[in-house]
Order: sequence, then C-alpha cells, then structure tokens
Amino acid sequence: MQVFDLESNPLRELNATLQLQNSDTNQVNWEVQNPKGRHAIAVGLDAPIEVRVKGSTGYYLGGMNQKAQITVDGSVGPGVAENMMSGTVIVEGDASQYAGATGHGGLLVIKGNASSRCGISMKGIDIVVFGDVGHMSAFMAQSGNLVVCGDVGDALGDSLYEARLFVRGSVKSLGADCMEKEMREEHLDILSNLLKVSGSKAKAEEFRRYGSARKLYNFNIDNAY
Amino acid sequence: MCGIVGLFLKDQSLAPNLGLMLTNMLITMTERGPDSAGIAIYNSVSNENLKLTVQSSNPEVDFGLIKNNLSLMIESSVSVEIKDTHAVLKLSGEKITLARQALAKICPGVRVMSVGEKVEIFKEVGLPREVADRFSISKMSGSHGIGHTRMATESAVTTMGAHPFSTGQDQCLVHNGSLSNHNSLRRKLKRQGVLIETENDTEVGAAYLSYKMQQGSTLEEALESCLKDLDGFFTFVVGTKDGFGVVRDPIACKPAIMAETDQYVAFGSEYRALVDLPKIEDAKVWEPEPATVYFWSH
Repeated sequence: MQVFDLESNPLRELNATLQLQNSDTNQVNWEVQNPKGRHAIAVGLDAPIEVRVKGSTGYYLGGMNQKAQITVDGSVGPGVAENMMSGTVIVEGDASQYAGATGHGGLLVIKGNASSRCGISMKGIDIVVFGDVGHMSAFMAQSGNLVVCGDVGDALGDSLYEARLFVRGSVKSLGADCMEKEMREEHLDILSNLLKVSGSKAKAEEFRRYGSARKLYNFNIDNAY
Repeated sequence: MCGIVGLFLKDQSLAPNLGLMLTNMLITMTERGPDSAGIAIYNSVSNENLKLTVQSSNPEVDFGLIKNNLSLMIESSVSVEIKDTHAVLKLSGEKITLARQALAKICPGVRVMSVGEKVEIFKEVGLPREVADRFSISKMSGSHGIGHTRMATESAVTTMGAHPFSTGQDQCLVHNGSLSNHNSLRRKLKRQGVLIETENDTEVGAAYLSYKMQQGSTLEEALESCLKDLDGFFTFVVGTKDGFGVVRDPIACKPAIMAETDQYVAFGSEYRALVDLPKIEDAKVWEPEPATVYFWSH
C-alpha cells in the first residue's frame, strides 16, 4: 500500500501522483493521511485504484472521478464527487452541500447525512444516503437515482427531469413539478441493487418513489409570474 | 466568500489561549477573504467599569488628546490602553454617554468600535495574520470571541467596512454573504433616525438588529425577524455578553460548520478552521440548519 501524508507533502503532489496512475498500475492501494479539511483531495482520478482518506476533508473531494474507488474515514465538505463520471466514492461520515452535483455516473454512498442540494443537477450518477438529506435535493436532476434512507428536507426534486428519487423516511415538501409515483417491479429491482452494492440494510419495499410530473417540459403561460 | 470563526469556551481553563486559538482559526480562513479582518474578544473586567474600544486613523494625535483631556472632561478616571490604531478606554459605566459626547468634541475623527463590560473589537484592512499581529490578539485571554476575514463585495475595502460590527452594548455581528435589499433598508432605518455611516451591507444588518432591539425585541427575536426583512445571502454570527448566536438564511448557500465538545463550541466557515482545536476528532460536528436561530451562553 502506498501512503501519502498531507502534513509533510503538498496536496498538488498527491493529486499529480494519483492522476498519473493508469489501468496498468500495480500501485492500486493508496492511503491519504492528515487530510485536515483540505480541499480538492483525490480529484480528477482516471484509474481503477483504491484511495482511502483517513479523516475529514473540505470542498470537492473526489471531483470528476473516473474508475477509482475513494473512501473517506470521516466527513466531507461541499461538492463531494462533483461531476463524477464513474467509480465509487464512499463517505463514512456526513456530507455538506451539493454532494454528487452534476454527476454523470458512478456511485456515491454517504453513510451519514447529506446537507442541502444533494444531487443537484445529477446527470446519471447514483447516490445512496443512509441518513437524511437537506432542502432542495435533486434540484433540476436529469438522470440517475437518488436513494435516501432517512428523511428529506424542503423542495425535493424541484424542476426535476428524469432522475428517480427513492425515499424511505418523510419528505418535508416537494419542489415544483415533483410528484410521488408508483413503485413498479423495475424500480424495486434498481433500488434493491443500489441498496445491496452500497451496503445498506434497508429494504426496497420500505421506500416511496418520486419523479417528474413533466409539467415544466413545455412553456405554459400559467407558470409565468 | 468571507470567512467566519467563533469560539465559545465551556472549560475556562482554556481562557488564556482564547486569543491564540481564535487567531489560528481565522488565519486558516485567509483564502476566503484577504481584504480586511477583525476579531471581537470577550473578557471580564473588574468592578463597574465599561470598555470603550475606539479606532483612529491618526492614533498618535487622537489618543494623546484622549489621554490628556477625556478624564478631565467627564470628571472621572479613564485608563487608556493603546493597541496600534485602536485604544481600549476603561471608565465608569455611568459616564459612558458623557464620554462619547466628550470624544466627539476632543477628536471627531475617532470611531467607536465597541462598548461593553466585556467586548473589545479590533479590525483593520489586511490579512488576518497581519491584523491579529497588530493588535496582539493571540496574547489575549477571554471566555469567547468571533472573527471575520472579508472578501469585499458590497462596499469599499476600509476599516469601517471590516467586520465585526457593533450592534449594541457587548454585542456584535459578523456576516458571510451579501444583502440585496440593504439600500432600501438603509433608507428606511435612516428615516427612523438610525445612524449608518458606510455603504456597507452588513452595517445595515447590524443597524437593523440594533433598531429592532431598541424597539423591544430580544436579540433572538431580532434575528428571527432578519429572516423576514433581509433579502440576500447571510450566515450571521452574533457575539453576546455571555456567548454567541448563529443564523443562516433559508437558502443557506453560505457555509457553516459547528463543533462541540465538553470544552468548547466552535464555529467555522469551513472544517479546516476547526482542525487544530483540542480533541476535534471526538467533537460532535454538524451544520446549523437554515432559517434557525442558535445560541450558546454561559
């Protein structure tokens, strides 16, 4: 295992080293020590390596990730796994605002709670939150799945496109054009699989599904102020 | 941007280190705002004295005038402790109105930063490290304090545009965000006779809180009414005689993170600001909810 201590080595060196790894690398296990809330740790990775960050981080952990599996033994700041393309980011603690924002693919697992705007403008990423999420989650979400095992704050799925939202707990309020939808067999399959791969013990049958009412797709004069 | 830090000690054995801890927290937030910095520190004062922290752009002349004349004019003793561009005047609480009138006569260019039994506010243009060094903040002890580093958006980079802003005796306000209705609110407050000196949005926020409290609101009620009357983005931290309070606007874009142990409650714009606090790894760490007023006090 390769160990990188951010207390004695610069962050740029860590990211440059990790970004140099390719599919053939034999350095597949990395441990990052002393993150101490630093921003942009392990961003822009593009290789099937495993990175474990030993502590809490600041903004944009694992941003733009492709193929790598990044695990954080702590909590993360705003914008974790922002614009992730593929791979997995696992947060053992909580996540701040806009977790998984604009993500195109891959899996983001948050084992604690996520704050506001979780999954904003998600474009294909799967996000599983074991705890609660804050207000305006899945705002303008376009594609992918957001699974919330706990409760959801205000305005879930406001101006939603075609992402699927699964919630086990309560929803404080739905955003504009978001509605509860029927949970069909195909949805239970997707959800069961996501719960399984993320390591959640929740049962798919306990969830409700929300999605777009598709009323904002075309201009409607009655929606104008 | 802008960076805010706050530290409230439950364990008074840490009190001698308050200034140092708060300074280090604020330096960590330098990247969030390089324009100006300020700190409000609360520490006890003996007997019935009040502290008046004043600032001058011509400290040698002005503070000399204060030393020579203020005590005579108010017919009461005044101690003057000069710290760079600021001076902390200690005087009898009964003489405070008289002293402010006398100051306006002796040296009209001097600005009052804070008034209170415990609070002292120091702020200047510059990076947090430089500002903290100028006032030797790291040597100060205290029970609690708040700090701010500014990235100016709504008004010029000046000492008076720096935070914290005094909102009343032993009270002050720091702000991360920008208020979008500060011009109309300033006009309204001015019509009510409220003194507002700069074009700064946060000064309007501070004046608004002061005005609400003059009208009979408690600080908590005044903060609640911010949610209705202030438009824009804000994470506010308010310092009070016994502690501090936090409120975020309902959208809550501006970051805020809290940590609590049995020794302290700490606030930071980012977790980075908190990482060197004692036993932070065992602290309860969370984000304050939007549109919710929080208080910690002794």
